[in-house]
Amino acid sequence: MEVRVQNIRKEFGRFPALDDVSLDIRSGELIALLGPSGSGKTTLLRLIAGLESPTEGTVFFGAEDASRKSVQQRNIGFVFQHYALFRHMTVLDNVSFGLKVRPSSRRPPAAEIRRRALDLIELVQLSGLEKRYPAQLSGGQRQRVALARAMAVEPNVLLLDEPFGALDAQVRKELRKWLREIHDRTGHTTVFVTHDQEEALELADRVVVMSKGAIEQVGTPDDIYDHPVSPFVYGFIGESNCLNVTLSSGEIWFEDRPIGLRAANEPDGAATLYFRPHDIELIDGCGGCLAGLVTASRRVAGTRHLELDLGKTHPSVEIELPPERASSTDHTRVAFRPTKFKLFRKDGDVAAIPRPVASPAAELARTGT
Amino acid sequence: MAFRSSTRWRFRQPSVIPGFGLALGVTLTWLTLIVLIPLSGLIWRSSGLGWSNFMSLVLDERTVNALTISFGTAFIAAVVNLFFGVVLAWVLVRYRFPGKRVIDAMVDLPFALPTAVAGIALTALYAPNGWIGSILEPLGIKIAFTPAGIVVALVFVGLPFVVRTVQPVMEEIDKEVEEAAATLGANRYQTISRVLLPGLLPAGLTGFALAFARGVGEYGSVIFIAGNLPYVSEIAPLLIIIRLEEFNYPAATAIATVMLFLSFIMLLVINSIQSWSRRRYSNGA
Repeated sequence: MEVRVQNIRKEFGRFPALDDVSLDIRSGELIALLGPSGSGKTTLLRLIAGLESPTEGTVFFGAEDASRKSVQQRNIGFVFQHYALFRHMTVLDNVSFGLKVRPSSRRPPAAEIRRRALDLIELVQLSGLEKRYPAQLSGGQRQRVALARAMAVEPNVLLLDEPFGALDAQVRKELRKWLREIHDRTGHTTVFVTHDQEEALELADRVVVMSKGAIEQVGTPDDIYDHPVSPFVYGFIGESNCLNVTLSSGEIWFEDRPIGLRAANEPDGAATLYFRPHDIELIDGCGGCLAGLVTASRRVAGTRHLELDLGKTHPSVEIELPPERASSTDHTRVAFRPTKFKLFRKDGDVAAIPRPVASPAAELARTGT
Repeated sequence: MAFRSSTRWRFRQPSVIPGFGLALGVTLTWLTLIVLIPLSGLIWRSSGLGWSNFMSLVLDERTVNALTISFGTAFIAAVVNLFFGVVLAWVLVRYRFPGKRVIDAMVDLPFALPTAVAGIALTALYAPNGWIGSILEPLGIKIAFTPAGIVVALVFVGLPFVVRTVQPVMEEIDKEVEEAAATLGANRYQTISRVLLPGLLPAGLTGFALAFARGVGEYGSVIFIAGNLPYVSEIAPLLIIIRLEEFNYPAATAIATVMLFLSFIMLLVINSIQSWSRRRYSNGA
């Protein structure tokens, strides 16, 4: 079922946890709410569930206004970070709980409940464990029970609050893949909250990046990574470097010299240059480039990370190189130029727009060699 | 195979915590001095009676009645305490209201107050000319000087046990578990009866066992309110005192031995139910 969140505002005391948030979730979609802690992502999820009520705004399930409905009436499936299983019940009882508590008019017969619960236990690959108690299961197994329990009520929408947050890295990876498969098989509209960008980018059809109670960007993982619309998204997703630069007649200047990158049609003035550590090329001899002294060098899996000092007044930048390239360069001084980059103007320069979401931002393919 | 040796029971499990021998020695010595020697003395004395003699003393009608009253009233009082103790703990854990701390502190008063004082106060209230007694009297309900009075006194002394055992467990209940029940469509009543209360069962049973044990042994508060009519409202501990005052030591030890035996059996049963339910769903989820 499609879910629409319209102009939601939520205040805890005087502090707005969400400020005028709108979001359309398509039917059958797997969508991730991604953001640092305190960004309001869990609050948004709980508002959709009905575990919190909005200060202002509406939540639609399909064409129906769900805002006035209680949690029980919304018929959602919710999976908590710490599983929240009923520990005095077996796996089977946990999974069938949602069907057993239905009023007798809507409750399937006992045999049918049992059959459906066992089917779900099989779906989450826990067959044979249905008589166990939660205390006798591992963390990953518990979370799968929690998912089966949530799906048993045939929810309009499946909501997962940091579902893998309490698990170790290996199990998390496995479950991630497995959740994707379950989703593809069952087709439930699914919203999950995470602070792990890798998880969001790998798993979701679309990612909603949130910060400080507002949505920064909604898009496919490719969009979010390749075309971030704000400095926040650029900085939050993946690795990035940022430098304060000056624009002068279409040329980008760093400190007192041009760095060989052009930003055509941009008005002169101060701006911030963002680029990813791997989107760079090394240059021999510098006629318009960035250059710095290597202060640290680390090997991370298949690449070598170099930390460069570009001058006292700037934070150091990091670049990534194939190990063989890195060792062949002169280790004391490296000259390079970003091959892909993005410029964001200072907030003050575009006073009419509160966030630089739509501010003049130039994105250029590589220029010059 | 390696697991064979590890499954064999060993007196001492290897541990990084030192002092096992010393700690166990102190524990056993202490338990022997305080509990085992007096109790075995009791059994020793009563075993000197001979079986037929012992049985005739135990099956004496007055003794049987006293034991029935002691265990019966203690059981009823523990059931009442289990119910109201859980409600009281619920209120103290779940709600914030002015005077909460005072009520929380008041729960412990029955521990501290001399039981005789409690007995006299309750008698004054529930006697036919007391505040509550005078209201109940026209309705034909008599509390003081009947077994009902004994139950009232035992409810008083047993109250803190249930509250204090259930309260910490209730405080640890995760809010998410209730939210999970709600998202699955359970209404409030279903959440409480199917999710919350079963989780409190082990703690509730512990409190019940403690309140019951305390009730069986209670003497001070009961003798004032009970009226102590033989065959009607005479409790076993009182009968023991009476026998002692008659220098009838064999009868006193016989009653005491039966009390010891019955208490032990009942506590054993309650404890095994409790450890069974605890084993099933302890350590988390």
